[in-house]
Amino acid sequence: MKNATPLIWRNSADRYNLLGSHCATCGTDYFPERVVCPKCRRKGKIEPKQMPPEGKIYSFTQVHAAPTGFEHETPYYIAIIELANGVKVLTQLVDSPDEKIKIGATARMCFRRVFEEGDEGIIAYGFKFKVV
Amino acid sequence: MRSVSIIGVGLTKFGEHWETSFRELIAEAAGKAIADAKVEGKDVQAIFGGCMASGRLIGQEHIGALIADQLGMTPVPSTRLEAACASGGVALRAGIMAVASGTYDVVAVGGVEKMTEVSTEEAATALGGAGDQEWELFNGATFPALYALMARRHMLEYGTTEEQLAACAVKNHANAANNEYAQFHREITVEDVMDSGYIATPLKLLDCSPLTDGAATVILCSSDKAKKFCEAPVEIISSVQASDSLALSQRSTLTAMRATQEAAKLAYAQAKITPKDVDFAEVHDCFTIAEVLAIEDLGFFPKGKGGKAAQDGETALNAKVSINTSGGLKGKGHPVGATGVAQAVEATLQLQQRAGKRQVSNAELGLTHNVGGSGATCTIHVYKRL
Repeated sequence: MKNATPLIWRNSADRYNLLGSHCATCGTDYFPERVVCPKCRRKGKIEPKQMPPEGKIYSFTQVHAAPTGFEHETPYYIAIIELANGVKVLTQLVDSPDEKIKIGATARMCFRRVFEEGDEGIIAYGFKFKVV
Repeated sequence: MRSVSIIGVGLTKFGEHWETSFRELIAEAAGKAIADAKVEGKDVQAIFGGCMASGRLIGQEHIGALIADQLGMTPVPSTRLEAACASGGVALRAGIMAVASGTYDVVAVGGVEKMTEVSTEEAATALGGAGDQEWELFNGATFPALYALMARRHMLEYGTTEEQLAACAVKNHANAANNEYAQFHREITVEDVMDSGYIATPLKLLDCSPLTDGAATVILCSSDKAKKFCEAPVEIISSVQASDSLALSQRSTLTAMRATQEAAKLAYAQAKITPKDVDFAEVHDCFTIAEVLAIEDLGFFPKGKGGKAAQDGETALNAKVSINTSGGLKGKGHPVGATGVAQAVEATLQLQQRAGKRQVSNAELGLTHNVGGSGATCTIHVYKRL
């Protein structure tokens, strides 16, 4: 990913805090944030909501062939975490021994460097998860 | 709405075309299709082209005009459609609707992608744009990783094994060996797949479709005029499309593609058939797990039994249902924008009894299934002889 400064900047609060959305009409939580509630559409009332920082591994994979910007991290884990409120989040899994990475294992959000744009470029930070 | 038929088809060889440019690929496939349809260039009233990522892969946008220009067809309208790996399928559907509506009698539908002009990493990054750039790619997900997450869940919920996934690749390479246009002509074994090295566990190199250059074209005509040009037109009796969330994590399940299931329901109703009536299908096997999901979601096998069906040979040529007789994306190759159109080419060749060694005996009814991204777009088309 190159020249992603606006992308890195504008979502930083959501990425640092796992900030999503809640629809006051139907009670559904969303992450990432949404402008429109897909269930209620114009009847929906979207407000910001902090997601629970803990959940269970729903599925995972160990990536051996990385896209641009992640080459030096291989092999690394990607997982979908089902948070305590049922919302699913795609994330990297870090600082977790291989034998603990299993579907159903409890994982908790941590704050990490995600990628950087070369030696002199901006550094993107955000959430990753680790098995607890 | 009027009935629409295919009256001509054209394909380039799929593979690595280092010596051939993007525009030459288009011209070759279109030229072959126009000759096959026995139409004159002046008979073609509009062009619809599927292409996913030419901007990222060769730095060229504005493909619609480029196609019309290269074919000597200006000033006819020429439009590019993009839906990631389903770009060809949505272009086909746009062409069908343009003829069905009565706007045009004859149109050309093309699909093209040139993927080997950049490094593998850059191509993977460009293809990543089919997923959610801000929330999947940003976090280091790749396309193999997204399909691997589906595979892992399918293995957990239904006991599907890596060997069963491998069986899809083995079968598709066997079919590709009989397709002169295919990228690969080498048969492989389950052991070859198992030893091919992990890309994203549990998916290995030979579970993944390759990077491919290639183009495909079909000429569409209103069915009432089709026999003026072509002795054996192929009627498209169903054309449907469905959408789902862009990001995989937002789906209600990882072990089925809702877009495929919804599109299949509509397609079977429109064609007035059931899955049992389908003799052969080209399904979107960008990864082996995608073929397993497809044959389940299309209703050929019960949910959870797709892997076993593949392993038991039920999807081989002339078995219960012949799946990916062309070699599929795995064996024939996957120039993403061309794939949906190339599937229609294979359906036409099968129904016209022109498929050579991979001919399905008594092929009466065919289906093509084209997926964009990790399942966010799906098109399905059903074909029979006019």
